[in-house]
Amino acid sequence: MTQQPQQISPTGESGTEENPVAETTATADSTATEVTSTNTAVVGRSPARMAWTRLKRDKVSMVSLVLTVIFILAAIFAPVLTALGGWGPITSDVKSINPDIGNYPYGHFGGISAKHWLGVEPGTGFDLFARIVYGLRTSLAVGLISALLSTVVGVVVGLAAGYFGGWIDNLLSRIMDVVLAFPQLLFIIALTPVIQNAFQTDQHGGTDENLRLAVLILNISAFAWAYTARLVRGQVLSLREREFVDASRIMGAGWVHILFRQLLPNLWAPILIAFALAVPANITTEAALSYLGVGVVPPNPDWGALLSQASEYFLIDPTYLFIPGVLLLVLVLALNLLGDGVRDALDPRANRS
Amino acid sequence: MSTTKNIPAQKAGESSVSSQNLLEVENLEVHFPIRQGIVFQRQVGAVRAVDGISFGVKPGESLGLVGESGCGKSTTGRAVTRLLEPTGGTVRFDGEDITHKKVASMRTARQNLQMIFQDPYSSLNPRHTVGTIIETPMKLNGINPEGGHKRRAQELLEIVGLNPEHYNRYPNEFSGGQRQRIGIARALALKPKLIVADEPVSALDVSIQAQVVNLLQDLQREFGLAFLFIAHDLAVVRHFSERVAVMYLGKIVEIADRETLYSRPQHPYTHALLSAVPEVDPDGASNRERIRLTGDVPSPINPPSGCRFRTRCWKAQDICASQEPPLVQLIGSADGHQAACHFPEVKQVVAAEVTPPAPASAE
Repeated sequence: MTQQPQQISPTGESGTEENPVAETTATADSTATEVTSTNTAVVGRSPARMAWTRLKRDKVSMVSLVLTVIFILAAIFAPVLTALGGWGPITSDVKSINPDIGNYPYGHFGGISAKHWLGVEPGTGFDLFARIVYGLRTSLAVGLISALLSTVVGVVVGLAAGYFGGWIDNLLSRIMDVVLAFPQLLFIIALTPVIQNAFQTDQHGGTDENLRLAVLILNISAFAWAYTARLVRGQVLSLREREFVDASRIMGAGWVHILFRQLLPNLWAPILIAFALAVPANITTEAALSYLGVGVVPPNPDWGALLSQASEYFLIDPTYLFIPGVLLLVLVLALNLLGDGVRDALDPRANRS
Repeated sequence: MSTTKNIPAQKAGESSVSSQNLLEVENLEVHFPIRQGIVFQRQVGAVRAVDGISFGVKPGESLGLVGESGCGKSTTGRAVTRLLEPTGGTVRFDGEDITHKKVASMRTARQNLQMIFQDPYSSLNPRHTVGTIIETPMKLNGINPEGGHKRRAQELLEIVGLNPEHYNRYPNEFSGGQRQRIGIARALALKPKLIVADEPVSALDVSIQAQVVNLLQDLQREFGLAFLFIAHDLAVVRHFSERVAVMYLGKIVEIADRETLYSRPQHPYTHALLSAVPEVDPDGASNRERIRLTGDVPSPINPPSGCRFRTRCWKAQDICASQEPPLVQLIGSADGHQAACHFPEVKQVVAAEVTPPAPASAE
């Protein structure tokens, strides 16, 4: 960076017309388009805006973003979409399955037709499109809510551990180590029925769907927060030595101000990245748990449960396995690539590795 | 040589006008413990960064604190502003003992005691706009200036020579010198009486240094600010500070007003420092003595006995190892000129006249 000869005299006279910092430090290239506008109005470009400019130039990220938005819209408007098709997620079309050969759908490719766009579920006769759109709702909701929960917990714990140090840091760090060392999947499989029984309110012995989801979300985030906490702690350890922290302490700032006003704004980038990468990871975990039978149970729509069922039919009806499998792959891939893109955009100096 | 007698027991900082001092530091000690052990930690020693120093700063006065790296200058500054907890001694500001006060109970002292930092790149929060940075101290201390926070912030930007329209910009859009000006504006926001400037220009380009020093000088005159000016550049200190204290390994070895210290220094360490000031001498006709110190500063974990400078001093004798020389005023020296040496020697003008940094020729 060039040390700009100052157009400003030390006596306090200023007001030179030209923009003294038209070329910015690390992102000089991105300013080219904006120089003309900054000549008239002097408005600083926030780091977030610069990151968005960089993200927009990344084609892979933009494709992933579009896909993600499509998935989210599909989940939100699931009732509208299924109304268009005419079949709900648990309305059985008995005419489309053939009871003579074990309730497999009529026609090729799992019964894809004008009536059933993605085919029909063998055995039940449910419309696969409706089940996938509603299953997407479950997957995205579980992924997003558990990522949100684990991020909030992780950020608070990480901030506290990094900033206060001493025995607080020791205690919190050891808890993080324990959580990270736990065999997550085994633990959740063992624990889920126990928790469910403890909270079970359904008199008929059935399973309350909302309770199942809540337990699932809590279980996933109970193990995911430690990653974020460790990341944030490391960042805080380096940030708290910066002089602006001392500066705010001299101004009379308390720890609440320093943690949430001074340090947190500098942590948005790693937090956002951690969140963006936690969503697909949680979706995969949720699918895995449902596949293993401790997540969402049929007939409630869910991708993991769908895959679990489909694996039973896959020799005769591979389309049934193929469609939700590929969609899950595309969703997780898009979210991961978007997370990577966000990371690159927020921290242009970091190497792609 | 050693015919000068010591005047008994006049401790530094305890001058007759001590009550007028804005900042008063007495026997300040900052020791950093060295701990060993994993679970049960025990203290095995201490880094004696600052080991019993005393000085005072009067209102409107600028005291320079010089010394080589690692001698405890910055630690002193941080202990005075209470960023570090002193392990001994007292710090009195405006008559109030702030040595061990909690942040909340010293809001008024905080407002009057501000700091300018060394590194303009790490002292400004990169995610805050210039406006937020300058307004934060006012908001934290519940100060509502006439015309609102924004107007006051823009006023301050103008005072430090920046364009008030840059209010909404982020620090990364400014150069080092401009950032340092923002830091100065932030320190001024609370209208302090004393500013601790911790090497405020050493991270800057030489051409910018003069501008920033001149700005500080203008502000000192305009607002009657007192400064504790920490630096290792003797020329800058000479230009800026009326009184200068020289530190070595956690102790003040000599303190005097500017003219006396630069023209008639007494402590051998001061001699050495002054003779190291680079000099523009195209003719090579300089016949001044060059003192070259050998070796490094000893470890502050285990400082030498007696006089701390004796390991590198060319005058050292047995007494230097056994007895620590007190910081005292010597007979025949100017008022307020104190040195801590068993064999002080008045040298006439060791250093050639150093031209103070040229006034910024920005116009």
